Amino acid sequence: MSTEAKRDPDGQLPYVHGHTLGSVSDKIAGVTTLPMKKMPKFWYGGILIGITVLQVLFFAIYKLIVTGTGIWGLNVPVAWGFAIINFVWWIGIGHAGTLISAILFLFRQDWRMSIARFAEAMTLFAVVCAGLFPLLHVGRPWMVYWLFPYPNTMGMWPQFRSPLLWDVFAVSTYATVSIMFWFTGLVPDLATMRAKANALWIKRIYHGMSLGWTGAARHWHRYEIAYLLLAGLSTPLVLSVHSIVSLDFAVSNEPGWHTTIFPPYFVAGAIFAGFAMVLTFMIPVRAIYGMKDLLTERHLNNMCKVMLFSGLIVAYGYSMELFFGWYSASPFERFMVLNRLEGPLDWSYWALILCNVAVPQFLWSYKVRTNPLLVFIICQFISVGMWLERFVIVIISLHRDFLDSSWDMYAGTRWDWAMYIGTMGLFLTLVFIFIRTLPILAIFEMRELVHKSEHHDDEH
Amino acid sequence: MSHERTISTYGVVAEFASDKEVLDAAHKAREAGYTIMEAYSPVPVHGLDEALGRKRSRLPWLVFFGGLTGCVGGFFMQYWMSAMDYPWNVGGRPPNSWPAFIPVTFELTILLSAFTAVFGMFGLNGLPRPHHPIFNTPNFDRSTLDHYFLCIEAEDPQFHEEDVTRFLSEMGPEAVNTITDA
Repeated sequence: MSTEAKRDPDGQLPYVHGHTLGSVSDKIAGVTTLPMKKMPKFWYGGILIGITVLQVLFFAIYKLIVTGTGIWGLNVPVAWGFAIINFVWWIGIGHAGTLISAILFLFRQDWRMSIARFAEAMTLFAVVCAGLFPLLHVGRPWMVYWLFPYPNTMGMWPQFRSPLLWDVFAVSTYATVSIMFWFTGLVPDLATMRAKANALWIKRIYHGMSLGWTGAARHWHRYEIAYLLLAGLSTPLVLSVHSIVSLDFAVSNEPGWHTTIFPPYFVAGAIFAGFAMVLTFMIPVRAIYGMKDLLTERHLNNMCKVMLFSGLIVAYGYSMELFFGWYSASPFERFMVLNRLEGPLDWSYWALILCNVAVPQFLWSYKVRTNPLLVFIICQFISVGMWLERFVIVIISLHRDFLDSSWDMYAGTRWDWAMYIGTMGLFLTLVFIFIRTLPILAIFEMRELVHKSEHHDDEH
Repeated sequence: MSHERTISTYGVVAEFASDKEVLDAAHKAREAGYTIMEAYSPVPVHGLDEALGRKRSRLPWLVFFGGLTGCVGGFFMQYWMSAMDYPWNVGGRPPNSWPAFIPVTFELTILLSAFTAVFGMFGLNGLPRPHHPIFNTPNFDRSTLDHYFLCIEAEDPQFHEEDVTRFLSEMGPEAVNTITDA
């Protein structure tokens, strides 16, 4: 890190420039206390697109519920279509938030403080979008409580030997713990917002949400313990969630799914996609809200390094899939690999390699990593690539498996696409409501960062 | 009205501009023999809790037992459901197919630990609490921005309003105020 350290001759931590405890609070809270009229056009545009696309989702859900899952392109042999692809895609995106807030916290990576809040919020919104797919895929979403072990008149219990049930527990635990982690992090900031709010009724709302936080030393003491414990708990949790998601595939004996590399390779893919999504939102936000002093180019650089690293693990996963297809000596596995490389859906495999393996190699260059526009473009490739990865895994394995007589082609219908694009509208809407109502950077953590740098100066 | 609510003094609050001052004041107050006091700060100040004479929180132990409950309870829930209450042969696996029960056991361990950590923390902190007398302090809004407050409470056996005010004024605070509990 010596090259970056040189850029800061004044001895301040380079992640925050020229701020005091008060000014950093003002700046972040300022985004939220801005009058509606002064919100940037970017915000209005964003929420308008979000709400418009959200209507597509509502209509797709309505159509699905009144008609049934037949409106999707699902059929035997491809009974797991877009619903599973989109579920895995969204839940993977969510993982970056937990990684940033928990794992980087445990590693004492101070730079995470600026991006943690935003990434955690994204985790929640992504989990909401992800959860919709299995919920609707069950066909009768109003009976979804059947998934949970509850005493019922049939005297039956769920099948605890099934990875699909593990998934129910993993995803619901993940959603619950993420909400608690996020909320716990928000409480001191909600107290700051209470102080910053202009109108009394807004003050009251923030006060209520902050649970009456006073900042008492004994409260901070327990707060820090709880936060550290939550970080420690979330770390194995986030690794377990995508591992269990991958077990949905790996525990079956389908060619291309039945491999032990799936859990680590899925987790790496989740981090890869999640960082891409965080950057997709962070880059415009820092430009439009003038936060380049808090979300610095060094943040971009660090995040790109994480992306490059996780991308290389993913690329290793792809090569191992090819290798094991051959090494397994199973004709079905070998056929599956050939079907990926030159089957009827080979375009998806090669597009995947382009997006996830070829394009991210540009991140080796420092100039690319610190160029927001280029990073933004690369992130779009990665997001598409990670969707294609799940498409390749789900569809190509299923559409031509053991029995040639049951082979078939698969394509998503317009309702599949409507659901998928609709969840993006839901995500956008939630993100822009979040930008408007809650501090998008963790104010108290930023204050700690300033606090540390002040002590570094030794002026006080 | 059948009874009249009496307004009494809650304590004397000093406002400081830096964490070093409040830390220093807390140390001196403790040396002077004050015991019932509390400091309020925008960021966690390390050493402040020790300066106020507090012991380590029992929260980690609560979380440990929360996690243990999730782990043991989670496993035996599955054991009871799959091996005792409704044993069912699935692909020839034994009723107690314990390796398959590990993921759910793990998730429930995390879930109950996290619940204990969050609800335990807020519960021990006495939150949510809609009103606290400390909010009567003038300028207390800055406790969540950039100022630090030390309150010596009226419940302290040594508490005399004038003495405490004089004592705190010597620490170089921005302001010293007596606040009431209503």
